[in-house]
Amino acid sequence: MNSSTHSDQGYSAIRQRVESSLARRRNQELRFRALGIAAVTTALALVAILFTTILSKGLPAFWQATFVMDVHFDPEVIQIGPKPTAMPGESPAAFAQRLTQWQLDLNFIDFGQIIHRSIAKLLPEADQHPEGAAHLVTSGELFALRDMVVADPGIVGKTVRLKLLADANVDVWLKGNIDRDLPDAQQQLSAQTRQMADQLYAKGVIQNKFSTAIFMNPDSRSSLASAGLAGAFMGSLFMMIIVILLAVPIGVASAIYLEEFAPKNRWTDLIEVNINNLAAVPSIVFGLLGAAVFILWFKLPLSAPIVGGLVLTLMTLPTVIIATRSTLKAIPPSIREAALGVGASKVQAITDHVLPLARPGILTATIIGVAQALGETAPLLLIGMSAFVASVPATAFDQSTALPVQIYLWQGNELRNFFEGRTSAAIIVLLALMLSLNSLAIWLRKHYETRW
Amino acid sequence: MQDAKVTMGKMHAALADNPCTGAAPSGAVKLSARDVRVFYGNNEALHGVSMDVMANEVIAFIGPSGCGKTTFLRCFNRMNDTVEGARVTGRITLDGYDIHDRAIDVVMLRAQVGMVFQKPNPFPKSIFENVAYGPRLHGLAKSKAELEQIVESSLRRAGLWDEVKDRLDTPGTGLSGGQQQRLCIARAIAVSPDVILMDEPCSALDPIATSKIEELIHELKQNYTIIIVTHNMQQAARVSDRTAFFHLGDLIELGATPQIFTNPRQQRTEDYVTGRYG
Repeated sequence: MNSSTHSDQGYSAIRQRVESSLARRRNQELRFRALGIAAVTTALALVAILFTTILSKGLPAFWQATFVMDVHFDPEVIQIGPKPTAMPGESPAAFAQRLTQWQLDLNFIDFGQIIHRSIAKLLPEADQHPEGAAHLVTSGELFALRDMVVADPGIVGKTVRLKLLADANVDVWLKGNIDRDLPDAQQQLSAQTRQMADQLYAKGVIQNKFSTAIFMNPDSRSSLASAGLAGAFMGSLFMMIIVILLAVPIGVASAIYLEEFAPKNRWTDLIEVNINNLAAVPSIVFGLLGAAVFILWFKLPLSAPIVGGLVLTLMTLPTVIIATRSTLKAIPPSIREAALGVGASKVQAITDHVLPLARPGILTATIIGVAQALGETAPLLLIGMSAFVASVPATAFDQSTALPVQIYLWQGNELRNFFEGRTSAAIIVLLALMLSLNSLAIWLRKHYETRW
Repeated sequence: MQDAKVTMGKMHAALADNPCTGAAPSGAVKLSARDVRVFYGNNEALHGVSMDVMANEVIAFIGPSGCGKTTFLRCFNRMNDTVEGARVTGRITLDGYDIHDRAIDVVMLRAQVGMVFQKPNPFPKSIFENVAYGPRLHGLAKSKAELEQIVESSLRRAGLWDEVKDRLDTPGTGLSGGQQQRLCIARAIAVSPDVILMDEPCSALDPIATSKIEELIHELKQNYTIIIVTHNMQQAARVSDRTAFFHLGDLIELGATPQIFTNPRQQRTEDYVTGRYG
């Protein structure tokens, strides 16, 4: 009896103590949860601000001021025959001379005159200010007209309805990206050009049309309105292919060796520490290494995606190795034992059981590594990939830039009013590429995980 | 005893007086261990164990946790080779051949000495693939029909056929724990081993699944030699012909199962089987 009363008292005292601590614990949990929600909200808000800014600036850049008008390929202006072909019995030298002459003739054709006449037909004032009218259409379109004539000489004499990109400054003016009240001295375009642009816009000759120039063209400095990402995109594509072809097999193989076969001793410890350190090395250092080794030693070309791909491979390798190793570590040892227990060799146990299970993890690691490489800029600056390249690379050995470098270059362009939009548009393209790569990673992981 | 190079004849003579060999039932010696020591790094986990295992007998290893019974079991199919830093000395023979001999391929050995693990560990593949993996690996089946034949007979022997015959292509991991363990047994016998090592095969199973596995062990005895490690002394008493008691890395006593449980010769064995420790 006595002892039971005693324990009852003890019990209620304990309960009191527990209850008072419960309130404290509950508060602690609430505070923790509130902090977590606040952190997530802040992060989401920042992401939302980032995306709104980029989208609001970048999306309008996909629509450009475009002339939609009839262009008469006037035979008075375009006086040229079809491209010469070698005639039977003609010496190669004679043919080459004829070809050169034809090319000279072609270059002397004043396609500006063709455009001017087309505009003057719609807006007679253009004839009074030919200088001002010449700045309405971007210069790159002159070459587009030339290419049309070369492709089809029969076009001469005909009138064709064409879409021609307006000059970048016209685009800026019409979109209101420049203060219209600025004095003439501070305006990029002359008063007459501005006036004509407004009139043509009012007439519907200049329209704001979706333009494929940003996707199809390489970068340009003479015809800013037609500057595009195609060169940088191809450069990035070549580099990605190189990274996938090199970093994935080498990285996965090293990870498998280190994780499954290598004896655990001081050497492998040293290698492991070094791989972890490499993953933390600033990317610009890899650029220096690439310049020293691949360009100076191996004499690979400057500004070429092959060098960029090799540098990015070096940079991606530690990521792929570390991620693959942790995936392999996570495979339960019981699976290995089961395979060894029925008489599989070590290699068979790994290829038949461990790797299939590790595949989703390895794929995810790889794709995230490649996506990281795709967005890398700093090392590329040091191997000359920040040069202005006005052509689309045909091979990995041609000069090229990369998407993030193109963003960097456009960001620094003098015509800020035009390139602010272009830069954001390029960022949208890069982000879209990254997001699709990451979605692919998630899809692959889900696809292989749900199989069993 | 200490010298692994002593001839077999001398050994048997020496073993006659050794309490550790016990009264072996008649029949051929299937596995023989002499002065087997296992080191993990510098730590000796097994201090020179000798034992003969006869063909078609069930021998149970009992003892408290950490006594070395699993370590010893894993010596018989050289599973300790896969453990980083583990080293095995001494001599183990299977049908008279040294399993550590250079001429013996560990893959061949494991095909002859199958193993069932503590936790059911089917491959995350179909039931069929689980059983077919071993035979396919060793090229035991010449045709698909033959492979199907092996899979069916293995599943039948493991007492699982009737439960899974309609869903052979469903994942083995989708079965219940007891079924999974019987699938693992089927996987082990699919490569036609002589010996099956079982490392606490029922420790993760409920009593009904356990009794099924125990029945299965009785049946498998006809064709296989079975070594089973167990923590459950009733199980050892139910399924085994002989029982070996291990303690702190030593084989304390080996004898006919009824004798070990009713009339142990060693004080430590008696203390353990009567529940005084362990």
